[in-house]
Order: sequence, then C-alpha cells, then structure tokens
Amino acid sequence: MEVGPTTHYIMGGIRVDGDSQMSTVPGLFAAGECGAGLHGANRLGGNSLSDLLVFGKRAGEYAAKFAREHGEVTVHLEQADEAGARALAPFDRGAASEGPYQIQHELQDMMQDLVGIVRREDEMRNALAALDGFDERAARVGANGNREYNPGWHTALDLPNLLTVSRAIALAALERRESRGGHFRDDYPDKSAEFGGFNIVLKKAGDGSMEVARRPLQPLPTELKQIIEEMK
Amino acid sequence: MSAIPPSATTAGATTASASGAAPLLPEEPESTATFRIWRGDASGGKYEDYSTTITEGMVVLDAVHQIQAESANDLAVRWNCKAGKCGSCSAEVNGKPRLMCMTRLNEIDTTAPVTIEPMRAFPLIRDLVADVSWNFEVKKRMKKFKPRAPDAPDGSWRMSQKDVDRGQEFRKCIECYLCQDVCHVLRDHHKHESFIGPRFFVHAAYLETHPLDTEDRLPELKEAQGIGFCNITKCCTVVCPESIRITDNAIIPLKERVIDEFYDPLAKLVKLFRRRS
Repeated sequence: MEVGPTTHYIMGGIRVDGDSQMSTVPGLFAAGECGAGLHGANRLGGNSLSDLLVFGKRAGEYAAKFAREHGEVTVHLEQADEAGARALAPFDRGAASEGPYQIQHELQDMMQDLVGIVRREDEMRNALAALDGFDERAARVGANGNREYNPGWHTALDLPNLLTVSRAIALAALERRESRGGHFRDDYPDKSAEFGGFNIVLKKAGDGSMEVARRPLQPLPTELKQIIEEMK
Repeated sequence: MSAIPPSATTAGATTASASGAAPLLPEEPESTATFRIWRGDASGGKYEDYSTTITEGMVVLDAVHQIQAESANDLAVRWNCKAGKCGSCSAEVNGKPRLMCMTRLNEIDTTAPVTIEPMRAFPLIRDLVADVSWNFEVKKRMKKFKPRAPDAPDGSWRMSQKDVDRGQEFRKCIECYLCQDVCHVLRDHHKHESFIGPRFFVHAAYLETHPLDTEDRLPELKEAQGIGFCNITKCCTVVCPESIRITDNAIIPLKERVIDEFYDPLAKLVKLFRRRS
C-alpha cells in the first residue's frame, strides 16, 4: 500500500471582511473553502464544516441585507453581451482547436510537480514562466457540442480561473520564505517569527498583473487572547 | 524520525517528481477496452463505441472521464466524490444499476464492449445524466419528522440506545436512486404518480422508527404512497450500494403495520364490537 501526503484543502482564498464575509468587490460574498484566513496555516479535520456553517450563515444574511439596501440594479447590456460572447467563444473555435481537458490535466501535473507539497524557489519560478504558456493555450481552447450539460465547455470556461488561482498560489508561496503548516519550503525549512506577523495579499494591479503585498495581522482581541492562554 | 534531516529526504522526493522519474510501483499492465456509451438527449439518441486504455485499479467512472478527455469532450456525466458517498454517478453498467465510481473494471468483462447508459426510470437530460428531480418532489410531500415535547426542562430528550440504533441502517442512504431505477413499479409500470419507491419507504421507515417521532404515516403509505404496489421482488436491496436491507427491514415492516391497521379481520371485529358496546 502506498501512503503519501496529498493536497486536500486550500487555506488561502478570497479576502473577506470577517463579519459580513464581503470581499473588496461590493456585493461579492465568500464563505467556506473559497474564503481566506480562517484556518491559519493548516486546517484541522472537522473545522471546514463548522467554518461553512457559521460563516455561510453570516454571508447569506449580509448578502440579503446588501441586496435589500441596493435593490435597484442597472444592467449594462453591452457588458452582458461581451461576457456572453466570451463564454461562447470556445464554440466558435470549435473542436478543431485544442480541447480543455488536455490543458487542465497538464496544468495540474505542472502545478503538482513545481508548486506541490514541497516547494523551492527555482521550481516555482519555472512554474510562473510555464503559466504564461498555459494562458496562451487557454485563450485558444475550443469546445464541441452544444450548451446543454456540456462538461467540456464548462472546463474551457474554468481554465482562466484555474490559471488565476495557480498564479496566486505560486506568487504567494514564493513570497513566503519560511515553512509553516501546509506550506513547506525545502529552501526555507524553518518557521520564521517575522513571516508569522503578516498575511500575503494579492490583487489585480492597474496593468492587469498580479500584485503581491504584505499586510500586518490585526492584533488578537483581548478576550480571544485570554481563551488561547487558558487553553495552553 | 528526527535522525533523518527533513531537507535530505524531501529534496530527493522533489527532484524525482520534477523530472518525472519512475513511479514508486512497477509498471502496471495496460490493455484497451471498448465502452458502448449512450449519447443523446430527450429527443433520442444512440450507443457510441469508444476505446480507451485501461489500467489496474480503474473504475468505470475513470474510464468515462478518460473517454471524455480523449475523444468526447461534451460527454455529459454527473459525478462528484468518487468515493461512493455522494450518490451522483448512478448509471446502468452492462444493464445493472451501479455507481460508476464503485464499479471496478476488474469485476466486469472488458473483453466485450462495456455498455454504459443513464438510469432509465427517469427522464433523460443528456448522455449519462438523468433528471432525478421527481425524487425531490416526492420527498417534499412526505410528512416531516415531528418530535414529542422535550422530556426535560432544558429542552432535551431521553432515548434508549436500542431505540436510536433501530433507524441507523436507513440513515446510510446516499440518495443515489439506484433502487428507484431498478424498481419495476416505476421503471416498467411508470407509477410515479401513485408510488414513492424504495428510497422513500426507507425514509418513511427511518422516521417511523425514530423514538421521538409522533407522526402517523400509515394512511399515506397505504393510499397516496402506494406501498401495496411493492411485491417484494427485492431488486432494490440487490442494487443498494450501501447494502441497506430495503425490503426486509424497511418495506416489509411498513407493509405489516399497514395490514395490521387496515386489513386485520380480528382487529376489525374487535373495533366493531367496541363501537356497539
């Protein structure tokens, strides 16, 4: 029997307000595995369920409140048409173009190899370079069949998102020059007190690139600090 | 453990994976198999043959995914957990209702084409995906759990473990609806309007055996839910991936209670007698 470590949870995710669960995009809420920050460097068994029960409820309540307070919406038809055209583009390119699964599987293999469980700077730089090539392939991906229950088309639409997440993971892991929880750096095997003091936050810069920043952690509220001290 | 420097062991592992080096296990024997898969939608369809490489340990769902990636990108298939717990990948493999993720290729004959088709007791959406929403509607119409008043002032109840245990088998149900698919009352006689099917007799049995429940479900079981249509052929029990003894433990006891309540001649006589006196 083979036994080995595996990827089973993403600790990082969309940065949200801890109370409302709203992201920096007004009206976009996130809770559970797609949200960030709740589990620190390693989620422990069972905590994901409690996370989504508590924060899923909060997200729903605040989303409803947000919707009530922002009842009137204006639909920009040209933006909707543009999004529609972008979604249908894989059909226009058709089955003659490269299929989505080939790209997805190669992306998964590449990320597993180079930004997997044990990470190293040179490998992650190679991964970032490789991602540029995947961007180009994803932009040319084709789909066959029609819009009804078509997993190939859905995978084609997923690819840009997979690439965004892959790039964010690689950039953040590169920035974190220490080992902590689920993040293990072969070239920085020890935990660093300095790196324990901030979060790594990525956002889209004006030129469309991904910007990496360090945000100091907010100090723990006194009552929580007290509980942690008591539990030690 | 601490005698081995972590960097030394992990460095070796990283290099091996990065260069795509030899796998840990020896090469598995490879062969090719043909899968005859239903392609179509509500307006009709046909079987199409696909060949793919099969290796040791593969299940039917793996083969379907491989075919989807290699030669049929738009092949519709519903799946999620790949561990036999979500109940999504129900289909008919060589004519038998199965979870595709739990059907290993070494259990079936792959020298002949392997037929894979959607569940036939439900309307087809596309390819291997059936529309199972009828089941959700049936469940909505069933009487909900109705607990008795709490036993203690703090709002809690007291139950004996033996009573709690009785319903646990029924809670194993993953709602794959394979039992509904195989049941001839639904599949061949299309009694979807007057028969709720094995899955929901299991659900009724769970609620009825719950030590706190106060609801009486026998009148509906007899009338609207059509328990009398079941003639205990036990096909549902055979296909259940959770090995719930649907017929023996859920349906027959419910049938017996319906009979006791509505058809027992002795009880009828006693009732008649009581009314007169």
